[in-house]
Amino acid sequence: MSRLSIVTKDKAQITIEALYKDLERRIVASPPGLCPVDLTSAFIKMCLAQTCGKCVPCRVGLKQLSKLLDDVLDGNATLETIDLIELTAESIYASADCAIGYEAAAMVLTGLKGYREDFEEHILHNRCISNAKQSIPCVALCPAGVDIPGYIALVKEKRYADAVRLIRKDNPMPVVCALICEHPCENRCKRGMVDYPVNIRGLKKVAVDNAGEVPIPACAESTGKTVAVVGGGPGGLSAAYYLSLMGHKVTVYEQRKKLGGMLRYGIPNYRLPRERLDADINAILSAGVEVHTEVSVGKDISMVELREKYDAVYIAIGAHTDKKIGLPSEDEAKGIISAVEMLRGIGDDEMPDYSGKNVVVIGGGNVAMDVARSSVRLGAETVTIVYRRTKGDMTALPEEIEGAIAEGCEVAELMAPVGIVMDKDKNVTHLTVQPQMISSIRDGRPSVRKADVPEKQIPCDLIVVAIGQGIESKSFEDFGIPVKRGAIDALNSNEIKDVKGIFAGGDCVTGPATVIRAIAAGKVAAANIDEYLGFHHEITCDVKIPDVSYDNSGKFGRINIPEREASDRKKDFEPFELGMSCEESCQEAGRCLRCDHFGYASFRGGRTEKW
Amino acid sequence: MVNLIINNQKVQVEEGTTILEAAKSVGIEIPTLCYLKEINEIGACRVCVVEVEGSDKLVTACNNKVQEGMVVYTHSGKVRKVRKTNVKLILSQHDFRCATCIRSGNCSLQKISTELNIGEMPYDIETEKADIDRKYPIFRDASKCIKCMRCVQVCDKIQDMHVWDIANTGARTTISVRDGIKLRDSACTLCGQCVANCPVGALRERDDVGRALEAVEDKDIITVIQIAPAIRTAWGEDLGLSKEEATINKLADALKKIGFDYIFDTSFSADLTIMEEGSEFLDRLPEIKESKLPMFTSCCPGWVRYIKTQYPEMVSRLSSAKSPQQMFGAIAKTYYAKLLNVDPSKIFCVSIMPCTAKKHESDLPNINAVENGKDVDVVLTTRELGRLLRKYHIKGDRLKDVELDQPLGMHTGAGVIFGATGGVMEAALRSAYYLVTKENPEADAFKNVRGRDGWKEAEFEIAGTKLNVAVVSGLGNTRKLMDAIKRGDAVYDFVEVMSCPGGCVNGGGQPIHDGEDFVDARTEVLYGLDKVNNLRFSHENPAVLECYNSYLEKPLSHTSHHLLHTDHEGWNMPR
Repeated sequence: MSRLSIVTKDKAQITIEALYKDLERRIVASPPGLCPVDLTSAFIKMCLAQTCGKCVPCRVGLKQLSKLLDDVLDGNATLETIDLIELTAESIYASADCAIGYEAAAMVLTGLKGYREDFEEHILHNRCISNAKQSIPCVALCPAGVDIPGYIALVKEKRYADAVRLIRKDNPMPVVCALICEHPCENRCKRGMVDYPVNIRGLKKVAVDNAGEVPIPACAESTGKTVAVVGGGPGGLSAAYYLSLMGHKVTVYEQRKKLGGMLRYGIPNYRLPRERLDADINAILSAGVEVHTEVSVGKDISMVELREKYDAVYIAIGAHTDKKIGLPSEDEAKGIISAVEMLRGIGDDEMPDYSGKNVVVIGGGNVAMDVARSSVRLGAETVTIVYRRTKGDMTALPEEIEGAIAEGCEVAELMAPVGIVMDKDKNVTHLTVQPQMISSIRDGRPSVRKADVPEKQIPCDLIVVAIGQGIESKSFEDFGIPVKRGAIDALNSNEIKDVKGIFAGGDCVTGPATVIRAIAAGKVAAANIDEYLGFHHEITCDVKIPDVSYDNSGKFGRINIPEREASDRKKDFEPFELGMSCEESCQEAGRCLRCDHFGYASFRGGRTEKW
Repeated sequence: MVNLIINNQKVQVEEGTTILEAAKSVGIEIPTLCYLKEINEIGACRVCVVEVEGSDKLVTACNNKVQEGMVVYTHSGKVRKVRKTNVKLILSQHDFRCATCIRSGNCSLQKISTELNIGEMPYDIETEKADIDRKYPIFRDASKCIKCMRCVQVCDKIQDMHVWDIANTGARTTISVRDGIKLRDSACTLCGQCVANCPVGALRERDDVGRALEAVEDKDIITVIQIAPAIRTAWGEDLGLSKEEATINKLADALKKIGFDYIFDTSFSADLTIMEEGSEFLDRLPEIKESKLPMFTSCCPGWVRYIKTQYPEMVSRLSSAKSPQQMFGAIAKTYYAKLLNVDPSKIFCVSIMPCTAKKHESDLPNINAVENGKDVDVVLTTRELGRLLRKYHIKGDRLKDVELDQPLGMHTGAGVIFGATGGVMEAALRSAYYLVTKENPEADAFKNVRGRDGWKEAEFEIAGTKLNVAVVSGLGNTRKLMDAIKRGDAVYDFVEVMSCPGGCVNGGGQPIHDGEDFVDARTEVLYGLDKVNNLRFSHENPAVLECYNSYLEKPLSHTSHHLLHTDHEGWNMPR
C-alpha cells in the first residue's frame, strides 16, 4: 500500500463540475419576474445538499428552514411561521460551524429583509406579491420593449429592411442602438441556459448594415396640435418621431449646432460614426419634425413662451454639465479638463492634438473609456486610467475596458486622486494619488480604504475628469418645474406633478443613463402626450414575423462582432467594429430560442403588437 | 401551399396550418387535452407532441405550423412514450377517483388516459387541497384542476371578464379567482362558459337535482316544471338521441315518468315577456330617441350581473321586464295556483335551463311575486337534467311524445327562438310591429338579426319610424358594443344581449362536448320549430291572451307590473 497517492477526479466529479457551470449559466439566465420566496426555498435546498452533516444547525436547521419555506409556499403557514423562520435562520447564522451553514442562513435573513411582504402575501393570499409574470426576457429587459425575437427571426431570413421597420415601432434609432446600445436585452437571454446569450446587438448591427435606406411609415392625419421638444438628443428625437407619426406638429429646440445630444457630443466617431448617427436622425426628421438649432431654452426663448405657443412641451435636455472632482487647485490648474468638454469639441469636429502628451483619465465608466480611447487616437504618448476601485468594479462595459487596454491604455486601479502638482506656470505635471486597498463588502461590492503606503505621483500633461455629469435645470426650476437633487422631478409617466401639459424624461430626470433609456422615455412621453392632447393613436408595424423553426438543436458558441486590430484602429477615429458575415449572422440568429413563441409567451406575456 | 409528410403520407395544406390541422386533414388524429381552438393554443399539457425529423425535441402539434418538407411522426415510439408519461404526470396531480366525478364518461383526461392505456401509475398522487364553496352556482375543485388554462383564456378572450387568473408561482402555479378572492365575492357573471370548457370535473355547477326530487316525492306538493327553449336543442345529446328524436314531448314523457306533475314550457312566458317588453319598448321609445341610448333586453341573468358591475350607469337602460324564467314562476304561483285553486305554497316550481346564472337569478331577494318562498324553487341545468334522467335509467328509445300540459305549455315560434342569439329581438320586433300597426308583419320579416356573428345590427321601419337595433352575444362582444355606445359611436334603439356566444343554445349549463361545436346544429332546431309552428307571434299565443283577459288585464297593467317586472337596482353585486 502506497503512503500517498495523487488525487484524481472520478467521472462523477468531473460531470458535476460541468453541471456547476450549467447551473451558473442557468442562474445568470434566470428569467425576470420570478418569485423570490420560491427561489429562496430552492437555494436552501441546494445548500442542504452541500452540508457535511456534522453540525446540528446546518444539518438539521437547514432542513427545517427548507420545510418552513415550503409551508409558506404551500399555504400551510401562518404569520408566526415567518418569526420561526427568522429565529431558526438567526440561530444557524450564529452557531453553524462553517460557511456552508451560516451563509445559507444569511441568504434567508437577507430575503426576509428584502421581501418580507412577499412571504406575507404567500401566507395570507397564496400568491406572489410581484404577480410574477414570465415575459420574454430580452423584451422585458429592453427599456423600450423592442420586439427582439421578431427582428432576430427577420435577420435570420435576411429580411433586413423589415427588421429595421419592426425595431422602429419601439425605437426610432436602430442604427445608433446597433452600434452603441448597452444591450441589457442580452443579460438574461434564455439561450444562456443552453450555451451563451444570443449576440443581440450584433444581429441588430447586421440588420442596419444591410437594410439600406428604409422609409418610415406614413404619418397619421394632422391633428392640428403642436408640441415643443426641448433637447435634440435621442430622447427628444424619439418623442418627436412618434408624436409626428401620430399627426402632431413637433418642433425641436436644440442648443448646440447639431442634433444628437450626447450621441454626437459624448460618443466619439470610432464608436458611432457621424454618418450613421445622421442616418437615424434624418429618418426621424423625415416624419416632418421642425428643428431649431443653437437655440437655448431659458436664454433665447423662455419656457413661458414655449408653454404659450405649444399645446404640450417635452423637456429632454439630458445631463451635460461636468462634475468637478474637488481637488485642491483644480480650478486654477492648466491642463485639467472634463470629459464633457473634451468630447463636445470632438463632436463639433474640433480635434485637439495630444501628440506626445501623457494623459491621465479619472473615472471608470463608459465615458472614461471614450476619452481614454479618444486620447490614444489624438496621439497621446501614454494614457492612464486612474480608478479608485478595481477594474472589475468599473461601471464601463467589459468590452470597452478591454478595448481601451488593447489600444494601449493603462489602468491604474485602486488609486484615489488626492492632488495636482503644477509647474510655475500652473501647468499640471503630476496627478497625486493615494493607493487604496480592497476592504469589506458594502452594498454588494467591495469597498476600498486608504492603504498604509505613501502617495504616488503619476506624471501627466493633461488630466481628463470623467466622473459623471450634471443637469442644467436652473431655467426650468425658475419656471416652476420641480427639481430634486439637481434632476427634474417627473413621474414614471413623464408627467410633472401639478404642471399640466409639460412632460420631462431621459437623463435630465434620471441622471446620466443609457441611450436606450432615453429612447424609452421619449416613447413613453409620446404616448402620454398623445393621450394628454386627447388622442389615442396607436403605433403598429405590419411586418409579418417568420414562423419558428424546429432545427435549433445542439449547442453553439456565441459569435462576437469582429473588430479591427487594436494597433490599426487606434490610429484613427474610423469605426473600430466590423460586421458579422451573413453565414455568421444566420447561425447566431438561429440560436434564438424564440421565447415569443415557446414557453410562457404563447399563453401570456407574448408579443406587444402596438402601443 | 406547403408540402409535408405525416406518418409517411404526403400532405399538402395551406401555409399557416398547424401540424394538428394538417394531420386532421388526412384523417390522422393527434390527441389534445389543453387545446381549445383559437382560444387556448399554448402547448401546456404536451399531449399533442409529435416527432419532427431534424429536431431532437418533440413539437406540439396544436400551436406549431407546418413547414415545407417537414417530416412528422404522430405516433412514433418516442412520441407514444412521452405522451404517456405526460398524461401520467397530469394524473399525478389529479384526483382520479372517477367513479365519484360528475364528468365521468365525459372527461377529456379520462378519455386520453384510456386511449393511451395508462395501466400502471408509477407516481404518487398529490392533489392540490381544495376549499370548495359548494353552495355557489359555480364552483371549482382544485384537486381535479389540470391547469390547462382554458377557464382563464375563455374568461379573458371570449368574455373579457378576467375573473380567473394564475395564482402562486413555479411548480405551485395554479388557478384562482383574480386577486385571490372567492368566486362569490367576484364580478363573475356566472355565465358558466368556463365550466362548459373545462376538460375535466374541476369546474362545475351546483347540483340541485336532490332538492327537485324531494319535492317530487312529497305527496302534498304539486311539482311544476318549465323547460327553457334551448333545452329542446340539447337534452337528447346525453341520451344519444338525434335532434329529430329529442323532442320536447319526449322529454315531457320522461319527466312525467319521474313523477313531475305538470310539464310546461318557458316559451310560454317568453311570449309573455315579449308582450311586456315590447310594450315597454314602445312606451320608452320617445325617450330612447331623445337620449340616443337604447333599451336593453333583461332576460339574460349573466348580462344583468355584467351590466351591474361593468356599466352600472347603464342599468336604468335595462328593460324592467323579468326574464321568462321568473315570469313563469310568478305566473305559476299566482294565476296558475288560482286556476288549480291551491295555495301557492303547495306549488314547487322547477325550471330546466341551459344556464348556470339562472340559479342565482331565482335566488335574487327582490325577484319573487309570492310573499312566502320563491317563485322558482329550483333551477336545473341541462346537464343536471341529463344526470336526473340517468338516475331514473330512462332510455331514449322508450320515450314517446307526450303533449305538454296547458295552459302554460302553450307557446309560439317566437317564444321558442329566444334560445338563439337574435331570437328575443326578432320575436319582439314581430309583436312590436303588430302593436304599432295592428297588423302582422311577414313572420320572417326580421330575420336579419339571425346568425352567429357576435355583434349584429339591423335597421327596420315600423309605421314610418326607423328602428336601429343591435344583437350581441358573448361578453367580449358586449364590452365592445357598450364602449361604442358610451362613446357615442353606436346609436341604437333596442339592443339584445346574451352572455354566451351564440345565445342560450350555447349556454354554460348545456351538455359539454369537448372540442365539438354544437351551436349551429342547436340553433337550426329552434328556427326549424319556429317555422313549423302555426303560431309565430307572441301576441297570438291564446294562453297568454287568456292570461291577460282573465288575470293580468293588459301589458304594463298594475298587476303586470307587480308580477312581471322587477327593479334591477334592488339588489347588489359583490364589491
